[in-house]
Amino acid sequence: MRITCPLCGSRDSREFSIKGHEIALSRPAPDAGTAAWHAYLHLRENPAGMTAELWYHGAGCGAWLRVVRNTVTHEVLKIELVRDVTGAAHAD
Amino acid sequence: MRYSGLQVLAQGLMGNRGWTPAWRDPKPKLAYDILIIGGGGHGLATAFYLAKEHGLTNVAVLEKGYLGGGNVGRNTTIVRANYGLPGNSEFYSHSLKLWEGLEGELNYNVMHSQRGIINLFHSDGQRDAYARRGNAMINQGDDAILLDTEGCRRILPYLDYAQTRFPIYGGLYHPRGGTARHDAVAWGFARGADLRGVDVIQNCEVTGIDVENGRVTGVQTTRGAIRARKVGMVAAGRTSQVAALAGMRVPIESHVLQAFVTEGLKPCIDHVVTYGMGHFYISQSDKGGLVFGGDLDFYASYAARGNLPMAEHVMEAGLTLMPMIGKARMLRSWGGIMDMSPDGSPIIDRTHIDGLYLNCGWCYGGFKAVPGSGYSFAHLLATDRPHEPAARYRLDRFETGAGLMDEEATGAQHNLH
Repeated sequence: MRITCPLCGSRDSREFSIKGHEIALSRPAPDAGTAAWHAYLHLRENPAGMTAELWYHGAGCGAWLRVVRNTVTHEVLKIELVRDVTGAAHAD
Repeated sequence: MRYSGLQVLAQGLMGNRGWTPAWRDPKPKLAYDILIIGGGGHGLATAFYLAKEHGLTNVAVLEKGYLGGGNVGRNTTIVRANYGLPGNSEFYSHSLKLWEGLEGELNYNVMHSQRGIINLFHSDGQRDAYARRGNAMINQGDDAILLDTEGCRRILPYLDYAQTRFPIYGGLYHPRGGTARHDAVAWGFARGADLRGVDVIQNCEVTGIDVENGRVTGVQTTRGAIRARKVGMVAAGRTSQVAALAGMRVPIESHVLQAFVTEGLKPCIDHVVTYGMGHFYISQSDKGGLVFGGDLDFYASYAARGNLPMAEHVMEAGLTLMPMIGKARMLRSWGGIMDMSPDGSPIIDRTHIDGLYLNCGWCYGGFKAVPGSGYSFAHLLATDRPHEPAARYRLDRFETGAGLMDEEATGAQHNLH
């Protein structure tokens, strides 16, 4: 699998690590309550098809990427920098 | 038809023309007492034990594909009870005991072979961790022997002890561990359930779960609507899609786990061996192929095939550990879709919908759990009370934080197991 980093170009997927679903960009407020935090930490839509994830280009430029990918075919459809995603929180 | 040596002889003399199908191919009825969604190992075992232990035979197993076509036919066939944490420890211990009586109980040869498992360790810290795990296994009533380097060399002479990057300090030997023929486990449970009156229905995909006033009333399928008082969801990697039919979102991510097999070779690897410094475990099938696997690819996937980086890691680890396998040619590689839970341990529990039950989160350890999972899920479905060895597999442990079973001690969070 190759991933095209917007800054570095097409790279081997081994240069990247995956954080998981982009839900990490939607961190609840500290006082949002158990249900909101449970949903954020544990519950997943886990789609068979299109999903949006966060990948980290650790062996490259160090950028966080938002990757739109098909979980059935492994096809990557869209890659953008997390910092360019409107309203994105800090991905920690 | 009951299978026996005499039967094999008699059928052989008659040109093997008298064998009958191992199970029926029934049409779904309009209603059942209990429906099991998912005809994998766990679902078929659940149906078998519902019939055998609880006398409940008005039961159907709904399988969207064919028996043995899912994870039960896509794993590395390892059977073991070497867990360290309360909850997992008693559950897998119970499951292994069921394995030990399974062939007689099913009247079916599942080729269960207790050839022993050796988990190698490569540092003092790892030795301490395995000594602790071995003690936990012994406390549970199971078997564990801590081997030093010489002990390993005696039974695993083919490992690279001299030049390897990570010297072999020893291994934790679990003699009752081993392997089984995975397809036969599915077929044996299907036949056993069918003989007791359970309908095993293939090519029947569940497309909806009917809920009225907070209570399940049946399911919609590609072969029509079926009513039921109770429904058990046992869909492994497809758990999220099935649960979504009931409006549920579950703490599961589906990941691909790869496995590999070489051409058939003369017997050379007598046990199951796991490497402690890389993701690699290996055994030799009765056909002679070396069966080995590694870790998850670590991205969400339903593809049933992985990518090359993990394949390369597995090969590298294998060749570091046992250079002799470098001459074997690899025949096939494949992937299974794992239902990964946040803490790496499974879920067998009720849901917030009356009559709807959930069995999932087997991560990459589902095969050895097949009899235990079926037994405990059948107990829950039949009695509405958790079965003692599986009582800690609660769905709400993630929300409350109480009773998490994080066997790898990496944290109860997705993408860490």
